[in-house]
Amino acid sequence: MSQINVRVDGASYTDDVEPRTLLVHYLREQLGKVGTVVGCDTSNCGACTVHLDGEAVKSCTVFAVQADGCEVTTIEGIGADGALHPMQKAFHEMHGLQCGFCTPGMIMASIDLVNDNPDPTEDEVREGIEGNLCRCTGYQNIVRAVQQAAGEMHGRSAGATETLGAQS
Amino acid sequence: MTVTENAAELAPAKEVGQPRRRKEDARLITGRTTWTDNMVLPGMLHLAVVRSPVAHAKITSVDLTAAQQAPNIVAVFSGRDFAEEQGSIPCAWPVTPDMVNPGHPSIAVDEVNHVGEAVAIVVARSKAAAQDAVELVDIDYDVLPPVLDLETAVQDGANLVHDQLASNTSYHFVFDAGDAGTGADTDQAFADAEVVVSRRFVQQRLIPAFMEPRSVVVQPQGDNVTMWSSTQVPHVLRVMLAMVTGVPEHKLRIIAPDVGGGFGGKLQVNPEEVLSLLVARRLGKPVKWTETRSESLMAAHHGRGQVQYIDVAADREGNVKGLRVRLLADMGAYLRLITPGVPALGAFMFPGIYKFPAYRFECDGVFTNKVPTDAYRGAGRPEATFAIERIMDELAVELDMDPLELRRKNWINAEEFPFTTVAGLEYDSGNYDMATEQALELLGYDELRAEQQQRRQSGDPVQLGIGFSTFTEMCGLAPSRVLGSLAYGAGGWESASIRMLPTGKVEVVTGSTPHGQGHETAWSQLVADQLGVPFEDVEVLHGDTAVSPRGMDTYGSRSLVVGGTAVVKAAEKVVAKARKVAAHLLEASEDDLDFSAGKFNVRGTPGAEVGIQEIALAVFAAHNYPEGMEPSIDAEATFDPVNFSFPHGTHICAMEVDTETGMVKIRKYASVDDVGVIVNPLIVEGQIHGGLAQGIAQALYEEAVYDADGNLTTGSFVDYLVPSAADLPHFDTGNTVHAAPGNPIGAKGVGEAGCIASTPAVVNAALDAVRHLGVSDILMPLTPERVWRAIHHGGDGGDRATAGTNAYGGAQTESTAGVSTDASLGGEL
Repeated sequence: MSQINVRVDGASYTDDVEPRTLLVHYLREQLGKVGTVVGCDTSNCGACTVHLDGEAVKSCTVFAVQADGCEVTTIEGIGADGALHPMQKAFHEMHGLQCGFCTPGMIMASIDLVNDNPDPTEDEVREGIEGNLCRCTGYQNIVRAVQQAAGEMHGRSAGATETLGAQS
Repeated sequence: MTVTENAAELAPAKEVGQPRRRKEDARLITGRTTWTDNMVLPGMLHLAVVRSPVAHAKITSVDLTAAQQAPNIVAVFSGRDFAEEQGSIPCAWPVTPDMVNPGHPSIAVDEVNHVGEAVAIVVARSKAAAQDAVELVDIDYDVLPPVLDLETAVQDGANLVHDQLASNTSYHFVFDAGDAGTGADTDQAFADAEVVVSRRFVQQRLIPAFMEPRSVVVQPQGDNVTMWSSTQVPHVLRVMLAMVTGVPEHKLRIIAPDVGGGFGGKLQVNPEEVLSLLVARRLGKPVKWTETRSESLMAAHHGRGQVQYIDVAADREGNVKGLRVRLLADMGAYLRLITPGVPALGAFMFPGIYKFPAYRFECDGVFTNKVPTDAYRGAGRPEATFAIERIMDELAVELDMDPLELRRKNWINAEEFPFTTVAGLEYDSGNYDMATEQALELLGYDELRAEQQQRRQSGDPVQLGIGFSTFTEMCGLAPSRVLGSLAYGAGGWESASIRMLPTGKVEVVTGSTPHGQGHETAWSQLVADQLGVPFEDVEVLHGDTAVSPRGMDTYGSRSLVVGGTAVVKAAEKVVAKARKVAAHLLEASEDDLDFSAGKFNVRGTPGAEVGIQEIALAVFAAHNYPEGMEPSIDAEATFDPVNFSFPHGTHICAMEVDTETGMVKIRKYASVDDVGVIVNPLIVEGQIHGGLAQGIAQALYEEAVYDADGNLTTGSFVDYLVPSAADLPHFDTGNTVHAAPGNPIGAKGVGEAGCIASTPAVVNAALDAVRHLGVSDILMPLTPERVWRAIHHGGDGGDRATAGTNAYGGAQTESTAGVSTDASLGGEL
């Protein structure tokens, strides 16, 4: 067992973990942060994406001990004062989710993408989230959501995106 | 009660048709979801399943000692421990009276029949401890030759999957339109035909690959058992588990909490659900089982898996005269819930939208040493649609006709609805020409055809092709009497009830269990319109057999068409009951009351009105209500449709094919779907997008590949290529609207349409790009390797990888047998 100190979604934790424990298992099983989910065994699907010191990581490829001394943000910690993060709001507005299982990871990866690229084109969004799999949406509305959120996160008007349900 | 006073003003004019943002989203975008694997119960134990590493073998010895002695292990079981009580996974669809069902143990006792079959169960204090001990279970196998290839499996003297059976054939299902009285004699039609085109198409095995791995939690409490499961079908599961395990149905409660996708893959009674229940009952402790992704790909049921021999007869002018289909359908090792029914359901869709005078369908269900197949998005209909839409293109080539002109010549015209097809189905409504015209416009057809011509003339290494799919499908499963005539084991009705709460809020209970479709939103829209209450005042409850006692769940694009109609019918009953109370309170005759925007008004007497939400409070107080009536306006309804609904549409794909590398790229994809009246355009568009993604994935990316020993070589997301955002194009989608006459909403199903329609459009497009280079077929998925080989070496592209490469399967999967030759494989490459 190794002792780690981490801040997760603004609270500090000190825990003993097995060296082999993955960050995602630590979050889910020891902290009860079940908003972050496991979708595969091979770091392909990205459902477990969280922010480690502000950068998106797949928490199934990080050992809990590697997060020692770090700041972890999960889907449960991105809204400020009970309000939704612009990315969460955009996924809702643009119907960027159906079953919602990939959504926490998809949102966390998308926030990181927009932090790096404030105004991504459609192709840049598609390339940027290719490490996150969604089986329901066909991605089109996710792309719309990311572009809308990018606008809001960087102070541009959100009105530029196309109207949903207009079927084009 | 001020809370209800402004109800009518708050309610919008009409909810149906509005792109309402989903109610479901709030918990999903914030990580406040109740996935089954999130459940933690005091004293809960964790299961890990030990799985067979061989495809076909007798179990000669089982040694659990080392695993039992490992730390934190509570129990270890082999198949022998449950041999007497496990029964068989039920098969609800014996498609023929003489269908052979060898039985499907949840855990192998004496023999294993596919890689990944459960052979032992480890029960531990933690998931990690259980996984660790899996390695310590020691089982010896006497290996038998695996049966993997469909065409080999049906030959005389073939190795047998089940040695107690006479052959590998489970059933032989025939639909002959001549015999059924729905068409002419097929043999005669072919004998008289001027042109006959015959093809062999392969539907590769696919994996549903829902994002949430399957998970089960079971809590035994005295005689009662509660199961949480990531399932599409809690109601079906409850009945079936009661029958299999002997737990009385009324002692068994099934809860499907938030479920992360299904696509047919969670329409099942899973071995692991049975085993979790048996272990929990044996130990008297709550247990949890959650699969890994590789377990999911290996042991959850697959879809598709057919070899299709299809012949079309026509005259020289392009009028179709007959259709003949013979299928070999891969059952896998056992029959699960509706394994045999999937290809049989497809039987009725091969004629597509065309007026064939004669039709004969035959299907052999064939056992192989692979995981069982069962429903996957479309379930029988994508296979049929692929075959007919592909061969219409081949016929057009043979006749030197434009593929769209050939289709137009033969499809059902708008004025001919309702139209009874040669397969005996009554297509309800539609206009194929209108959808096609709109799709052509959406695509920018003329410009792309001109560009294709240009590229061809200039010898551009990147060629362009355009492919069509003009399709229909049968959905809204299903009229119970029809299911009965097809020997299906249950009905196709759906149930709903509406509870009017004292504060005027409304609870809607639906038997249709969602897993991403947005029922909570769409049902709220329906009820808001029916009752004239605000959208926000409606709560939709589902997925728990204690809350929603009757239901047939979600599959076959049935929820809105059948389940939504049940909701509307229940609402009509609520209004009828409320009308009696309103008449009493307003001291008026029922006949003099109008109901609109949630209020009953006495006709001609302004101000004499009472709202339905006020009536809910009035009957709660029950101080003043009509004699002879119960003090309640709650109601329930069960709807059993009289016909399927038949969405249709035209999908057009424009595809670039790089002849030097074999890379294909969708340049543009346009689809116009007619799904009847649209309740929520946002949800409809999303369903189409998702269906398109999965249909395109079959054409371009996905295949469950087994090697020569029966190992699944695509056992992780590294090898099984679920497409990412970068692998898919932007979709240009549109709708035409022809209301379904079979339900009061006018809706047709939408969940499977995109998946059914898109696959042949994509393959037809690729072939259109390279047909002038001598290519007439390429096996799916269209990997660059296959496309390159087909262009440069002829044939259909052969196996998906050459010997010696990582993805090489070794030989003889159903997608390669009888197809690959040394030449088509590229010789010594």
